[in-house]
Amino acid sequence: MTELPASTTRKMGLVIDLDTCVGCHACVISCKGWNTENYGAPLSDQDPYGADPSGTFLNRVHSYEVQPDQGAAQLIHFPKSCLHCEDAPCVTVCPTGASYKRTEDGIVLVNESDCIGCGLCAWACPYGARELDQAEGVMKKCTLCVDRIYNENLPEEDRVPACVRTCPAGARHFGDFADPESNVSQLTAARGGIDLMPELGTRPVNKYLPPRPKDQLEGQIDILAPLLAPVVEEPTGFLGWLDRTLGRL
Amino acid sequence: MHPAPSVILFTSLSGLGFGLLVFLGLGFPDVTGWTAFAFFVLSYLLAVGGLSASTFHLGHPERALKAFTQWKTSWLSREGWFSVAALLVLAAYGAGLVLLGTRWSLLGWLGAGLSLATLIATSMIYAQLKTVPRWHSPLTPAMFLSTGLAGGALLAGQVTAALWLLLLAGLVQVAYWITGDRALAQSGTTLASATGLGPIGRVRAFEPPHTGSNYLTREMVFVVARRHAVKLRVIALALMVVIPVLFLLLPFSHAWAALAALSHLAGVFCARWLFFAEAEHVVGLYYGRR
Repeated sequence: MTELPASTTRKMGLVIDLDTCVGCHACVISCKGWNTENYGAPLSDQDPYGADPSGTFLNRVHSYEVQPDQGAAQLIHFPKSCLHCEDAPCVTVCPTGASYKRTEDGIVLVNESDCIGCGLCAWACPYGARELDQAEGVMKKCTLCVDRIYNENLPEEDRVPACVRTCPAGARHFGDFADPESNVSQLTAARGGIDLMPELGTRPVNKYLPPRPKDQLEGQIDILAPLLAPVVEEPTGFLGWLDRTLGRL
Repeated sequence: MHPAPSVILFTSLSGLGFGLLVFLGLGFPDVTGWTAFAFFVLSYLLAVGGLSASTFHLGHPERALKAFTQWKTSWLSREGWFSVAALLVLAAYGAGLVLLGTRWSLLGWLGAGLSLATLIATSMIYAQLKTVPRWHSPLTPAMFLSTGLAGGALLAGQVTAALWLLLLAGLVQVAYWITGDRALAQSGTTLASATGLGPIGRVRAFEPPHTGSNYLTREMVFVVARRHAVKLRVIALALMVVIPVLFLLLPFSHAWAALAALSHLAGVFCARWLFFAEAEHVVGLYYGRR
């Protein structure tokens, strides 16, 4: 049903550390690899080896340049997938009840056999988390790897979303935000985790940790620096002659 | 947003059809028999034609009946209910007019009310979306309602009502354009709020996730031909309002009325194309576009 639950017992979600992410896109690949062959319809590609390839992805990594008032620009890699919002606008617009938010853990899912592929939920999502699969005609989105996290056939260390399991930098963390003692709650509190587009009132469960402040290379960097100053400012010898001669020309 | 022909046809034609049904339900024009039959056939062709066009873009049209289940939260579902209810009630009312020559007024008013509700529900599918600031405004329902009623009055041959409603629809359309041009900026959603990186400095999209396009950029980040928006607005307004009004001011003839209706329909198509093509979805910000 597309009525949102008033509250969920647990709030499962991700913390994404923008300070740590190196932009390797491994989470994109492992997400596609797991989800194309497990829950629901495969994630199709169109013209994958041709001139204009495109395809369905549940997780995409953007890169942004941020120019502070002072100092060098920073490059920040920005993975983006479904934020499993508490006030998910994609769920309430669904005319068929295919989209729903689970009461037990807050995961937002699509029942693909009820989806008519109208695309309205993708319009309602501000984050671009939903993509209509072009081959299957149904809406695809991040399931938080619902078929991994409770899967007792997998070794315990694999019972996390594929993106979290694969991240070589440790930039992705999975846990229960309803529990203030959980790893994700503590990380969010310690690092000042933020919501994306908070002004839209979607109340995302997933949090982003902003990049830590960079070191400032201002003033003297070493007590020996004065001794290391260049001894000769003007070139001498052959280079000096060349410089003077070229200057006269 | 991508201006898909199916949604342009849907909103334009069914808007016109339900606009006409409002007038027929209220008893304008007061016709029975074959004349009533002709009016009802026209309105049903427009309304049902528009509604069926809307199913063309579905991934699974065979499951369309499921869309009636979520009327508690979904405007798309409510639109389905209102439109079917309006069409059924007015079919009974029309049968009375055509076959028995009797007007069941109460049924007509009910049908007119349901047709109005359909127009509003259609507009709310778009107006409810906070993600498209240009649509997220009371002017969107006002625009759908005034345009539908103006077109309905025109088709129903209500010259005086059509004149005033056309002028009203034109004013609402212009107000929609003027406020819409400021909507994204006023919404407060920027690349800085989208990424949360604003406190560090000026944010610029450096690299997209993929070099090619994807469903999101094709569906939500349609920017082609926005540069012709001003010209198209003038054309839309001229076809939709100015030319029909001039035709209506001439001494009445069926030929002028037909031309006025055709010009109006062409104008509505143009305005609806702009309605979609000009609408900026906030997800475009993530791609450094709007």
